[in-house]
Amino acid sequence: MKFGILVNEGPYTHQASDSAFEFAKSAIEKGHEVFRVFFYHDGVNNGTSLAVPPQDDRHIPNRWSELAKDHSVDLVLCVAAAQRRGMLDEDEAKRNGKTSNNVAEGFRISGLGQLIEAGIQADRMVVFGD
Amino acid sequence: MAMLHTVNKSPFEKNSLDSCMRLAKAGSSVLLIEDGVVAAMKGTKHSNAVADAMTDVSFYVLGPDLKARGLSENNVVDGIKVVDYSGFVDLATEHESVQAWL
Repeated sequence: MKFGILVNEGPYTHQASDSAFEFAKSAIEKGHEVFRVFFYHDGVNNGTSLAVPPQDDRHIPNRWSELAKDHSVDLVLCVAAAQRRGMLDEDEAKRNGKTSNNVAEGFRISGLGQLIEAGIQADRMVVFGD
Repeated sequence: MAMLHTVNKSPFEKNSLDSCMRLAKAGSSVLLIEDGVVAAMKGTKHSNAVADAMTDVSFYVLGPDLKARGLSENNVVDGIKVVDYSGFVDLATEHESVQAWL
């Protein structure tokens, strides 16, 4: 079955990004497809390349990046939510005259259309938030 | 036409479980996750409401989230089934849609 996942909460906040990750991992292990995870609101902070959590803690952004790499999951950050929170990829940084960017590997910035499309294409849309 | 409802907040913190139980149709299911697992405990102010709702709606609770909070599967209200993440995925596939009560 094809799953789409929506994450509305930032990493290390409460539990949504952990629950979403565990759900995605389990779905893939069971042979399902997770074709897109859409990060909205504070959820966009899951895609930062600048997080440096303590060594003995889980690295939430890296964990998503690895999932994307190993299982070709499309990780999408909402552009409007990302810009408000200072999450910029190379193109957005250039467009806004910023000197650096901070979107981690495997993530891309795009619009709400990607969420709508996920809702249409996926057999099940599962939402995690606070 | 059955829907899977997920509730992630304790009934002592928010009334999302209450709203969910009020609106869930007969034949649908409720999965308690994150702090929502507190609602699965026996002997609380909310236990009877959950037990009563189970006449039309099936209840499940996420085992790893019980464990993370030091809550024992032995204290779960009779009739609530404990599932792991794999069971969560199965529930999502077995129901037609998934509604999160955030």
